[in-house]
Amino acid sequence: MQKLYMINHKLNKDDKMITYYGYTDGSGEYYVVIDSDKCTGCEKCVKQCPKTALQMEMTFIDLEDKPLAVVKKEYCNKIKYICTECKPEKNPPLCVLSCPTKAIKYVSTPIEMKS
Amino acid sequence: MTAQNSDCWRWQEYHRVMPGKSYTSNDVATAGIDVGSVGSKAAVLVNGEIYSWGITRTGSNSPESATKVLDWALKDTDIKQSDIKYIVGTGYGRVNVPMANKALTEIACHAKGANYIWGSQVHTVLDVGGQDIKAIRCDDTGRVTSFLMNDKCAAGTGRGMEVFADLLKIPIEEIGEISLKIDEEPPAVSCTCVAFAKTEAVGLLRKGWSKEKVIAAYTKAMAVRMSTLINRVGLEPALVITGGQSKNIGIVSRVETALGVKCLPTPNWRENELDPMIAGALGAGIFAKALYDKSQTQ
Amino acid sequence: MITVGLDIGTQSVKAIVLNDDDKILARAQTFSGFDPAKAIQDVIEQTLKTAGITQADINAFAVTGSSVELAPSNATTVSMMSADAKTATTLFSKVQTIIDVGAEEARAVKCDERGIMTDFVVNERCAAGAGTFIEAMARALEIKMEDMGTLSIKAERASSINASCVIFGESDVVSLIHKQEPKHEIARAVYDAMADRVSSMVHRLGINPEIVLLGGVAKDIGFVTSLKRKLGVDILIPEFPEYAGALGAALIVAAKERVR
Repeated sequence: MQKLYMINHKLNKDDKMITYYGYTDGSGEYYVVIDSDKCTGCEKCVKQCPKTALQMEMTFIDLEDKPLAVVKKEYCNKIKYICTECKPEKNPPLCVLSCPTKAIKYVSTPIEMKS
Repeated sequence: MTAQNSDCWRWQEYHRVMPGKSYTSNDVATAGIDVGSVGSKAAVLVNGEIYSWGITRTGSNSPESATKVLDWALKDTDIKQSDIKYIVGTGYGRVNVPMANKALTEIACHAKGANYIWGSQVHTVLDVGGQDIKAIRCDDTGRVTSFLMNDKCAAGTGRGMEVFADLLKIPIEEIGEISLKIDEEPPAVSCTCVAFAKTEAVGLLRKGWSKEKVIAAYTKAMAVRMSTLINRVGLEPALVITGGQSKNIGIVSRVETALGVKCLPTPNWRENELDPMIAGALGAGIFAKALYDKSQTQ
Repeated sequence: MITVGLDIGTQSVKAIVLNDDDKILARAQTFSGFDPAKAIQDVIEQTLKTAGITQADINAFAVTGSSVELAPSNATTVSMMSADAKTATTLFSKVQTIIDVGAEEARAVKCDERGIMTDFVVNERCAAGAGTFIEAMARALEIKMEDMGTLSIKAERASSINASCVIFGESDVVSLIHKQEPKHEIARAVYDAMADRVSSMVHRLGINPEIVLLGGVAKDIGFVTSLKRKLGVDILIPEFPEYAGALGAALIVAAKERVR
């Protein structure tokens, strides 16, 4: 079962690194999804977010630290509430619209209400 | 293996030195320290291979817990802390690991560690901790390709299970077995929220349900929650479960049913195989070796 | 004409009896417990007794709440949102935003000047956004829920707690007590966290200065104080906010009955 471990330093071009910031709770699923491969670190989303929920953070990928857009830790548990400012159920949030490489997605699927 | 504090349900506090390994001053020793919300784990590696490890409870002081668990992992070895070339801290308390050269998120470390434990066929890792659930997808090398961490809600975490065990006065280490002692699988409780599920469970008991049936219904709801997280990042076999709940057979079997795949078998950690609970610390130790090598070539 | 309004909630059942002028003749509430059918029967009997009337005197029967299916078959069902809107606009003129925080659910309703609902937001299936959260934290603090409000308003600052989940919040409160953090500061943190959630629901609907707060939690001074601070506007609260659902349902059905 154990084997000599080799670290693969090579970066496969097809690789993706997708991060889901948010949560699933009793009321539904709420995530801001950032594709670190597509994120160029341009900071446009950080400036656009009306709640300043995003920030640039040095992220460790393939033994390097790269500045990438992330959702601040303290906001990850409040996505459903924080993002209401953008009215995401009616139109895409500002972070999604502002991203030139389409690296950000927003997922909000509340469980259907009791009839 | 030295066991201590056997009344802890989530894990045993213990340390182990892998047999048949040796260390000389020419070897490169690195370490990973994973300070979790409930347990602290340390793994010591020699030339990138596991040498020894330790598992303790996290105390109220993270730096102390980190020091304690590293001492514990180095116990009965020829390695002193000063011999260790590079230390990576990870986990919930990673910024409070005073001796670490670098702090990394537990996600990257868990994937790397699972890759080491089970091999390159591991592509999806479900880590069920005391206060969070992580769903991670990785490639053949253990590099993370997609992940999410849910620490918003107790449903599906070790803490959620503990609340239920307490409510029904059932020893937590038996809850998995007990949840399978039923003639027919009941429907999952309708509320995933632990606070509401508690009320629902009391109602079901009053309706005449057996404790086993109530636990089965709740365990199923938890497994369904875990499965939805896996489905969010996408399931790619092989699947492994790490963390405290990987030792809960009731959860594991229901996650398998919900996802329609079998998990890779848990290593026999009692018999000199690797403990899935150290995946995060192990991954951190592997990164420590890689980062040390990198620092030497520059 | 006598109208009975019944609100079958997750935690308690409320009943109200209105006369022909929509005046409240009697009201009562009881815990649903594990036999809600009996609780419903009890609460109706109690109100009828107080009002000095019998079953035969009832002309119209309205029901609302999360478990309307338990109501007597002759009752007319009214949605919780509509009932909230009716109550708020009847008691206060010009109201456009209504917040209702109950034991297991919180909702914000927007309505027009006629009391007709135009939009709403609901938080359910997660105990962290509802009265259950306060109740659980009071238990962890080992104080009575009724006392927690007055205690919290003494605090100049709030402690830091994990407000995302009742279960995690409980553990946090326990460890804060161990650290000997003052109880009133912990209590304030509980209310601030609740107010934070509720206010973001209101923000989703767009904020209007005339805000009415309904539901059992509206009686909690701690929550009301935190919510006012968070929203930055004054909040209107009726005398018996916990009867808002029963009253609204009765008013709607009584009005329909008269047209007929």
